[in-house]
Amino acid sequence: MAFAVILVAIVVASVLFHFLSPWQATPLASNWGSIDTTITITFVITAIFFVLIVLFVAYSVYKFRARPGGRSKYEPENKKLEWWLIGITTVGICGLLAPGLVVYNDFVNVPAEADEFEAVGEQWRWSYRLPGADKQFGKSSVANMNVDNSLGLDLRDPAGQDDVMVSGHQLHLLLDQPVKALLRSKDVLHDFYVPEFRAKMDLIPGQITYFWFTPTVMGTFDILCAEYCGIGHYNMRGQVVVEDRESYQQWLSEQPTFAQTLTGGTVGGLIAQGEKLAASRGCLACHSIDGSSSLGPGWLDLFGREESLHDGTQAIADADYLKESITDPAAKIVAGYPAVMAAYPFSPEQLDSLVAYIQSLSSGDAPTVKE
Amino acid sequence: MAYAEDAEHDDLHQPRSFYAKYIWSQDHKVIAIQYSLTAIAMGLVALVLSAMMRMQIGFPGSIDMDSTAYYQAMTMHGMIMVIYLLTALFLGGFGNYLIPLMVGARDMVFPFVNMLSYWFYLLSVIVLLCSFFVPGGPTGAGWTLYPPQAITSGTPGTEWGIILMLVSLIIFIIAATMGGLNYVTTVLQARTHGMTLFRMPLTVWGIFVATILALLAFPALFVSGIMMLLDKTIGTSFFMPDMFSFGSQLEYQGGSPILFQHLFWFFGHPEVYIVALPAFGLVSDLISVHARKCIFGYRMMVWAIVAIGVLSFVVWAHHMYVSGMNPYFGFFFAVTTLVIAVPTALKVYNWTLTLWHGNIHLSVPMLFALAFIVTFLVGGLTGLFLGNVVVDIPLSDTYFVVAHFHMVMGVAPILVVFGAIYHWYPKITGRMLNDSIGKLHFWITFLGTYLIYFPMHYIGLQGMPRRYYLFEDYQFIPDSAHSLNAFITVVAILVGIAQLLFLFNLFYSAFRGKPSGGNPWRAASLEWLTPDTPPKHGNWGPSLPVVHRWAYDYGVPGQAEDFVPQTASAELAPVHEGDKNE
Repeated sequence: MAFAVILVAIVVASVLFHFLSPWQATPLASNWGSIDTTITITFVITAIFFVLIVLFVAYSVYKFRARPGGRSKYEPENKKLEWWLIGITTVGICGLLAPGLVVYNDFVNVPAEADEFEAVGEQWRWSYRLPGADKQFGKSSVANMNVDNSLGLDLRDPAGQDDVMVSGHQLHLLLDQPVKALLRSKDVLHDFYVPEFRAKMDLIPGQITYFWFTPTVMGTFDILCAEYCGIGHYNMRGQVVVEDRESYQQWLSEQPTFAQTLTGGTVGGLIAQGEKLAASRGCLACHSIDGSSSLGPGWLDLFGREESLHDGTQAIADADYLKESITDPAAKIVAGYPAVMAAYPFSPEQLDSLVAYIQSLSSGDAPTVKE
Repeated sequence: MAYAEDAEHDDLHQPRSFYAKYIWSQDHKVIAIQYSLTAIAMGLVALVLSAMMRMQIGFPGSIDMDSTAYYQAMTMHGMIMVIYLLTALFLGGFGNYLIPLMVGARDMVFPFVNMLSYWFYLLSVIVLLCSFFVPGGPTGAGWTLYPPQAITSGTPGTEWGIILMLVSLIIFIIAATMGGLNYVTTVLQARTHGMTLFRMPLTVWGIFVATILALLAFPALFVSGIMMLLDKTIGTSFFMPDMFSFGSQLEYQGGSPILFQHLFWFFGHPEVYIVALPAFGLVSDLISVHARKCIFGYRMMVWAIVAIGVLSFVVWAHHMYVSGMNPYFGFFFAVTTLVIAVPTALKVYNWTLTLWHGNIHLSVPMLFALAFIVTFLVGGLTGLFLGNVVVDIPLSDTYFVVAHFHMVMGVAPILVVFGAIYHWYPKITGRMLNDSIGKLHFWITFLGTYLIYFPMHYIGLQGMPRRYYLFEDYQFIPDSAHSLNAFITVVAILVGIAQLLFLFNLFYSAFRGKPSGGNPWRAASLEWLTPDTPPKHGNWGPSLPVVHRWAYDYGVPGQAEDFVPQTASAELAPVHEGDKNE
């Protein structure tokens, strides 16, 4: 009896939980309402089977409980009943599959009018590129990647010269304009995921993957990495801003083209060189420069600060300390941070520029760098 | 049947020394216990790792665990539970113990190879555990070990952990192959007089088909393990494309990360059924015995096991809908995946129909079996979300997936393991497990796991990604989701602690349990009809049993008892229609 009652309670509680729980899908912000519909259909059909079967078990356990001298009915099989059940199940399965495949057909066929953007993943940050005025991306490859060319564009490809290199971690998209996301990874697997858009897709080094959606709600949304990519996986954040045409154009006009980033790269002082190095070598993926929390110690006001190390000692973050931390990261680990950084074999000039950049992020009266 | 006559003819070599009897034993029953105890010990390691992870998820920072340790715990928890606990326990444990007894054999066909199988398994366990003590610690690549991150910097344990993991898996596969050849050959060649294939209990069918799956699927993991080992150690590029990692270009070029995923899941999806099919078989027998009713639709049940086994080889890429493989594969794999739901659903119906007009005893094994139906039902139905490609897209890589696979291949098979241990323990030890402790253990485990995993689907629906060490500052995650995570952690810790009840019962009852006699559940199948309990070496005394009927004659009309043993002749009780022509 108790067991049957508890089974009924499980059914009732599960159904109530579904309707009353505060944990529901995020408000939709893309065209993929049809995906939400398929989820709803699946909930309805599976819930019918769940409720009926568990209640059947509960009833059977109560009704046919053991009695002294009781005997079961000898019924080894009932082919007709079994075929009926197979038939009903098949109908249920078709009810799930048919709408699912119709919507999936939309998902794999990118509309011709879709704009394109490229999202590039690396451990553990996002970069973005737009095709520019010619609507064509320039070719890219790992072999071209260096300090001045962090996305590895082919310098000889004319299509790449006007490509827009989005600066910062915010991607902007135009409201109600279908977009095809071209996804590329520099190192390991990642996954471009915005919960409010529903759609997601992995990034794979060595190949370009894609999916499409239309943003339908203005606002700022988190971009997450949804494919495990190492110790900083949980912290690989980006943001997408969906806005109207006017704001979008304003933002677009502030972004440099690939050609502009190249000419900008040859000039500039030590600090500018350090800044570029930090951005292109991925330092900023783990070291924030705005005081926010990050995987490694942030660089804002770091220079000259006294750091507590995990072995209980203290160290002043001066030039020598910083250089050692870059070329031999395991030597001194700041308390509270994982010992995960790889050693970076920079040249002495590059180290000086990085230290100058880090120093420039400090406001206080710190000791000067020996140059 | 040639085997049975030979087996009765040959002298039995009784092991004499303690070592030959209990350590270097070639007796399938001792090997089964060795396998089971090792697997359960590994399960406890993985349970502790999951408790640590849950503390970090529910109460971030409450234990001293950085993201490196978190990902290492996550990886080792998954791999240990799937391979070193469930696979080893169902095949090496239950397969070893029950196959010879249920088909009426003296032992496995190749006892020496069977012994080697256990020692290779133990070696693989030791190699795996060593990785906790090497520089850099165990691998934190995730249990799927996806390249490139499994072997490039940025992932924990790329120094030694990943190498030990791969070597351990390779050794495990050798062990599983040696065991598997034995189980298949024993089922095909060593059945006793009258034991036709369609008179075998569903337990044997489930383990038999699962073993065939293992023999066909593990080679895919074996080759991918070796290839990744070469990528890691001598710099080949099977799975490694051109990469720019932490500021410099790596030496690799031209390999394919997605090739590994295909190979892994070509193994990985049948692996789900390598665990599930034995559970299906065992639970069928538990339900039939404790409902005192013949299993409903035996032949359909057998064909469903075979159909699921075959189909399990053509659904693997449903794990890869958002992997970046050719998106048109999605149509094919969505169809095959949902088709496999039909024979699976049939099994669920037939379990519930076995209850109908039964005489149901809510013994501890039966409670676990019924809880399995509910849990497996939830896990199976949520599988229809994830198998249907477009529905999977928003849910993939979220906690919905975590909740789904823990329901369907974590909790559900473990409930069967518990039910089966409560059921067959009297045969193994000659004593009953304590009933009150068993019931307490059952209720905490069943209700607790439901409270853990049912709500977890909903934070996945909300979009919460899995494999996150921290969920700080994500605007779409409300505080209520963090509260739910804290709740889940509290329940998980309680359920984990409750398993001590089971362990206590297991060891206490071996010495103090009530003596059970040979057939305490009044079951009809062969393993309960041994001349001794626990069965002696050789199982059957001088002559093997002669089988006249299937294993499910409960409630046969016109009989004094409510069960007819498989060995009872046709004159004593009529053989049922479906069994007559065998």
